[in-house]
Amino acid sequence: MLNTYMELVRIRFLMMLAYRVKYYSGIIIYSLNIGVYYFLWMAIYGENSSLNGTTPVQMATYVAVAWMSRAFYFNNLDREIAAEIRDGTVAIQLIRPYHYILVKCFQGLGEGIFRLLLFSAPGLFLVSLVFPIQLPTGVEDWGWFVLSLVFAFVINSQVNVITGLMAFFIMNNTGLIRGKRVLVDLLSGLLIPIHLFPEWAGKILAFLPFQGISYMPSTILSRGLPTSEIIQFLGIQMLWLILLLIPIQLLWMTARRRLIVQGG
Amino acid sequence: MFYVRLFFHYWMQYLKIRMEYRSDFFVQLVTDLMFQGVNLVFIIVVFSHTADLSGWSREEVIFIYGYFLVPFSLFASFFNLWDFNERYIIKGELDRVLTRPAHSLFQVILETMTPESLSGGITGLLVMGWAGWKMGLELSWYDPLLFILFVLGGGAIYAGIYILLTSISLFSDSKTDIQPIMFNVGNYGRYPVDVYNKVIRTVLTWVIPFAFVGFYPASFFLNEERWMTLALLTPVVGLVWLYLGIKVWNWGIRNYRGAGN
Repeated sequence: MLNTYMELVRIRFLMMLAYRVKYYSGIIIYSLNIGVYYFLWMAIYGENSSLNGTTPVQMATYVAVAWMSRAFYFNNLDREIAAEIRDGTVAIQLIRPYHYILVKCFQGLGEGIFRLLLFSAPGLFLVSLVFPIQLPTGVEDWGWFVLSLVFAFVINSQVNVITGLMAFFIMNNTGLIRGKRVLVDLLSGLLIPIHLFPEWAGKILAFLPFQGISYMPSTILSRGLPTSEIIQFLGIQMLWLILLLIPIQLLWMTARRRLIVQGG
Repeated sequence: MFYVRLFFHYWMQYLKIRMEYRSDFFVQLVTDLMFQGVNLVFIIVVFSHTADLSGWSREEVIFIYGYFLVPFSLFASFFNLWDFNERYIIKGELDRVLTRPAHSLFQVILETMTPESLSGGITGLLVMGWAGWKMGLELSWYDPLLFILFVLGGGAIYAGIYILLTSISLFSDSKTDIQPIMFNVGNYGRYPVDVYNKVIRTVLTWVIPFAFVGFYPASFFLNEERWMTLALLTPVVGLVWLYLGIKVWNWGIRNYRGAGN
């Protein structure tokens, strides 16, 4: 069974290789993103040498790591699922002997691995040459980071699946999908690290799953946390990973019953 | 005249569709507001850590953002070319459009418009008004006129760039996905450009001139002398890019062979 899914990862990986324009444009855009946020944050620092205990170098590292991680965890599962629901191809998917949502997630994984190997890794190296960032050298830090990043991928995919499945209930959910993307970028800590939010907002965000998408992995790599805190981060991520399965299962069960495919 | 009538008919048709799916309309409005809210939150959080951004105060940055929303809402309403590739090339809708006696781009725009996005412009005016009032900004008699010119110019820049990007689909039917990514870049034009270094500043001014959509014209109303010339260039840059976009589109249409079914 696992072989089937691994094959999906491989096919998506190869598909990504075929669409090279997307790849090149992605590199330009991501470096521009990192550049813009780097300069914005440096302007915010101005003369200050620390914001809430974060130095400018740590901030620069955070920006670079957060964007490069985004290249890995980001996928369009929501759009793909919504499109398949709208044009009815989901009906064919349903009669095939695999789990539709799992298939989607593994396709997303193929996409993510492609960007991780050919994009994030060389990108992070290049960025470290251009901007003054400081990456840890210990194997242990990187190990924790990778683990946290994998969790981040799963949580983000789960959020995407939930948004995509909403198409069963709201026929035209492109607005919802775009809104979700913007909201996730903010609430996950990609644009502003969560510890720099005002206190009340930070408290709310601590009760949301989005912190596990960007803030946690990026912080682990950029700020050198003590192991106990890292374990706590990973625990929170794991908790959300399990909790998010519930709405997905509920949505999926009601959705399948509601499915109406027009024409055919 | 023909085009005006066509516009009117499409508009009525659109309203009918919208009345049919009212919940979608509502969702769209809410997500638009959320979108604008997120950006304001970013600015507000940032200014809780610093008093100024390269010499620009919080109210000034908010003013620039409010201004940016106005030309952006124009663009968002009439240039919804996001799924052009999917809908018109892969599904072959463009063939239908091409058999009709009106300019193809005009038809595509009318078929994909979402005029409710203009609500973003109102939000923008309110945000601008609030920031301007906070700073005690004074208006001259020619400011409203220039405002309209600048807004049209900014909208034209956005439109030109996106028409250009969309035209790529006419040459190759593979998906590019540049548009959504470009969407991010467009947002950088609404921060003061003196925050950035030379490379990014040049890119935002001359390569993909998003700084003309937000920052340059807005700084004009903030009575900033340094960018005066660039601000006044906004309508010109807009015309150039819109012209470029339409040229490439027409060229692409001549080249278009259809994806086959």
